[in-house]
Amino acid sequence: MQTILVVGNGMVGYKFCEKFVARAESRNFKLVVFGEEPRAAYDRVHLSAYFENRDAKALELAPLDWYSENGIELVVSESVTDIHHTKKTITTASEKEFSYDYLVLATGSAPFVPPIQGIEKEGVFVYRTIEDLENMLAYAEKIKKIKPNGRAAILGGGLLGLEAGKAVMDMGLEPHVVEFAPKLMPRQLDARSSNVMQLTLESMGIHIHASKATNKILGNGAITGLDFGEDDTLVVDMLVISAGIRPRDELGKTCNLEMGVRGGIVVNDKMQTSDPDIYAIGEVALYNQMIYGLVAPGYEMAEVAVNQILKKEDVIMRPEIDMSTKLKLIGVDVASFGIPYMPADKGLSIIYENKTKGIYKRINVSHDGKTLLGGIMVGDAEDYSILHQMYLNDMPLPDNAEELIVGSRGEGGSAFGSAMDLPDTAMVCSCEAVTKGGVCGSVLVDGNETIKAVAMATKATTGCGGCKPMVNDLIKESLKTLGKTVKERICEHFDFSRQELFDIVKLKDVQNFDDLLDDFGTGHGCEVCKPAVAAVFASIYNETANRQDTIQDTNDRYLANIQRNGTYSVVPRVAAGEITPKQLMAMGRIAQKYDLYTKITGGQRIDMFGAKLHELPLIWEELIKEGFETGQAYGKSLRTVKSCVGSTWCRYGMDESVSFAVEIEHRYKGIRSPHKFKGGVSGCIRECAEARGKDFGFIAVEGGWNVYVGGNGGANPKHAVLLAEKVDKAAALTYVDRFIMFYIKTAQPLQRTAPWLEKLEGGITYLQNVVINDSLGIAAELDAEMQALVDSYKCEWQEAIETPEIRERYTHFVNSEETDSNIEFVELRAQKMPKEWA
Amino acid sequence: MIATLNTYETVQPENVKTWFKAAATSKFPKNGGACIKYKDKQIAVFNFAREATWYACQNLCPHKMEMVLSRGMIGEENMEAKVACPLHKNTFSLKTGENLNGSLEGIATYPVKIEGDFVYVGFVD
Ligand code: SRM
Ligand SMILES: Cc1cc2nc3c(=O)[nH]c(=O)nc-3n(C[C@H](O)[C@H](O)[C@H](O)COP(=O)(O)OP(=O)(O)OC[C@H]3O[C@@H](n4cnc5c(N)ncnc54)[C@H](O)[C@@H]3O)c2cc1C
Ligand code: SF4
Ligand code: FES
Repeated sequence: MQTILVVGNGMVGYKFCEKFVARAESRNFKLVVFGEEPRAAYDRVHLSAYFENRDAKALELAPLDWYSENGIELVVSESVTDIHHTKKTITTASEKEFSYDYLVLATGSAPFVPPIQGIEKEGVFVYRTIEDLENMLAYAEKIKKIKPNGRAAILGGGLLGLEAGKAVMDMGLEPHVVEFAPKLMPRQLDARSSNVMQLTLESMGIHIHASKATNKILGNGAITGLDFGEDDTLVVDMLVISAGIRPRDELGKTCNLEMGVRGGIVVNDKMQTSDPDIYAIGEVALYNQMIYGLVAPGYEMAEVAVNQILKKEDVIMRPEIDMSTKLKLIGVDVASFGIPYMPADKGLSIIYENKTKGIYKRINVSHDGKTLLGGIMVGDAEDYSILHQMYLNDMPLPDNAEELIVGSRGEGGSAFGSAMDLPDTAMVCSCEAVTKGGVCGSVLVDGNETIKAVAMATKATTGCGGCKPMVNDLIKESLKTLGKTVKERICEHFDFSRQELFDIVKLKDVQNFDDLLDDFGTGHGCEVCKPAVAAVFASIYNETANRQDTIQDTNDRYLANIQRNGTYSVVPRVAAGEITPKQLMAMGRIAQKYDLYTKITGGQRIDMFGAKLHELPLIWEELIKEGFETGQAYGKSLRTVKSCVGSTWCRYGMDESVSFAVEIEHRYKGIRSPHKFKGGVSGCIRECAEARGKDFGFIAVEGGWNVYVGGNGGANPKHAVLLAEKVDKAAALTYVDRFIMFYIKTAQPLQRTAPWLEKLEGGITYLQNVVINDSLGIAAELDAEMQALVDSYKCEWQEAIETPEIRERYTHFVNSEETDSNIEFVELRAQKMPKEWA
Repeated sequence: MIATLNTYETVQPENVKTWFKAAATSKFPKNGGACIKYKDKQIAVFNFAREATWYACQNLCPHKMEMVLSRGMIGEENMEAKVACPLHKNTFSLKTGENLNGSLEGIATYPVKIEGDFVYVGFVD
């Protein structure tokens, strides 16, 4: 049995282990791994996700058990200090000695810390490990306690620096990115795209200081600012250094391996160092005189090293490494591939720039217009994967290459062919090196039919996840070639789409979930199909969530929004945001009585937080007595209809927007749908009610109302589009009735109106035909269905408090009167909030 | 909070020392759950009527350490009974306690028996 020692249990060291143990021949080897960090390898690429969940386990690449189950001996918190290549042994910091047949160095890199005066001060950090992050978080907390407007600077405006900028912003500090070069991301972006990027980042609250050389770090003990020379300083409380990386090549020096002038252990295309029994992979390896600071090349190096050690000597590293990147950055899409920018004599560029939308796209095309050389996308990188593939595979360009970036998308199809046009060798998932052939083969040969199954079998999509849409398309297309219709199946328990289930329930008059499952499904259901079907029942029979309570999402089940500590919030309906002083006082009194945190919501009403489960019926009883009803803030149903004050008071108002908003809020309240939906009514085109940011909106104009549909805020904001112009109130209502009903019947679970409309073949023109011209002949049916829903509305909270069996559900324990002692609150600006997660 | 977590340990049916009479079966919704208190423990008990089986597990979700699992939806994945946490929908096997959709710590499960109209949960203390 031969022994392989791996030094470094980072992303690439782990990948080496994973690839190695997957091979049958690996049984003849003993594998021992040393990691200096206190934990097993984790996903450094998604390090910033740690801010959101503080969950180190979620970042783990494999649990500790995995190593032992696969016969790997993992030694954590142990660094290797010496290599004695003549004896073929290593020693560790705790002075233990181990001998090897093969040694694999995967020690990665460390952040480069420039020798600036004062760099050792307290409050200066690097950003590479979970511990770095924890230290930053602790320091940020400390600052925030003493200073409400703490600031943090990031030294370096490259990929990582910007990510760190977002990270410190999420910590509640004001971020300032300081870059030496005149532009951001100097390696990936040209000046114009960098400019667009800068505008977008600034609008998000990230301050950018370009062309600044930092001379000195100010402060007495702890950092208080940066000095750029000539009285130019920036006051900050914290600094994160992100000025590039340096390979951790210390071990190479201990045994005289060949090194690069600027560091890194030199390897050949077999990943061998100058000592043939010692391999180097990942960010410590200098290949082609380059250190590749990305995971994908590192993973490929791991693959090569595994093969070399197992004597498959024909597997070698490609001569050229693709450095294309799409960033999961900070809410702005950024991607660059191939040659991102170049002088004009090398080729021609097509550039599209729209500063108002923060979009910049550039592609570089050869002089003969036949090949794509590279490009940049900022603000909208939706087409990155396919462009990248065209580039990698030298695919022919369309006659009008500009269509690749400005193609009239949505109408008349896109300028691209289908993903199926790619050659089989096209690398679809570069993190896990899965080709198009691999994905399609997994479907066609191995019979995997879902993205989950293909991901399990091939690992595609499990890295950065950027290839998911393309893999999805490939799976669908492959299934089609097998003659299988690809249906949108809601989950493993029903072989139907939501729309099909809707029709089944309606036509077969199914009355409850169990019957539907027995007659049309398999198994016992799950957390995906249960709430989806619950919404279908609600939309057809207008039954409240009280009837089939255990198939509802938790918020619907308890008619309240669960909060992060297991308490609930209470939101009564305040139609159109109009509220009387008497009602305000009543709400204030009740909130005070139950010690609830109160806040005005973004939906023009009042939210009361921190109610314990057993208090909900008591609170609602009092609210209902004061004339309130439920606001369905918990439901996938109508939320609010936002209004502006309109012509009753406003000097510009064209019509009574509040009156109209009150009327429609009462019309649609309680109607459950595939996702929540919201409305808005503005009294004139100044649009103070943001009606075009809603699922439906009305704007008063000279001569009537303009009707808009399919807008939303949220993660992908979208303006609603014009459905009808200058119509009277009755017509406006009829169109929106039909629109909502049509949406409810045909959308997928959790699909809001905007993505639904986007997917609707024929788009808005088609929708206009259906709801205005009745092209499908279903208008009367839609009208009747909507009217039935409107007529059967009841307040489900009233139902709950009046029905003893329902009321009984609101106890924390069924065998004790006690309440949950786990819930703790702390004080916050004269109110309260849940105690932080430990 | 971690200390609380450690008080929950899976009990195998053969090791039960105390069968705790928790509550009447009618207190537990069909195909849903409710929470019971036993000494300092909070235990989620599920009436999986479609399988004609009862399950019990800790009420504490190991993700964010909240006492909420009894309010989760139950169901099954490849016929493995599971509960989805109401907060972030992490799912756990009701048989083994294993986290099915990720690599969270598993949850402790407890034996349940029905005698007469009552639900009993098995403990070792
Ligand atoms: C309370 C409130 C924030 C506030 O303090 O202002 C809020 C709170 C929540 N929002 Fe919101 N949203 C609130 C107004 C908004 C708005 C503003 C608006 O309505 O004008 C938006 C953007 C507009 C829009 O929806 O298009 C908004 C976009 C979202 C989204 C993103 C939806 C999307 O399509 O991308 C979610 C996530 C989701 O629903 O899946 C969300 C989800 C949530 C949830 C339900 C998350 C959750 O499941 O716990 C929050 C819980 C509410 C609670 O516990 O009571 N909230 N949320 C606002 C309640 C309004 C109300 O009176 O009912
Ligand atoms: C915040 C952040 C975001 C990133 N985003 C992206 C991205 O979007 N896309 C992308 O492709 N890349 C990204 N990267 C880069 C990516 O994480 C690295 O390319 C990758 O981690 C390199 O893997 P590695 O195994 O070579 O090095 P590492 O993951 O750094 O692992 C090396 C390990 O070896 C250990 N070690 C070092 N010396 C010794 C010793 N003597 N003895 C024992 N152990 C030792 C180290 O402690 C470390 O755990 C990002 C990096 C960071 C920090
Ligand atoms: S939208 Fe028009 S009517 Fe409404 S407040 Fe603004 S200006 Fe006045
Ligand atoms: S608290 Fe249970 S899944 Fe997050």
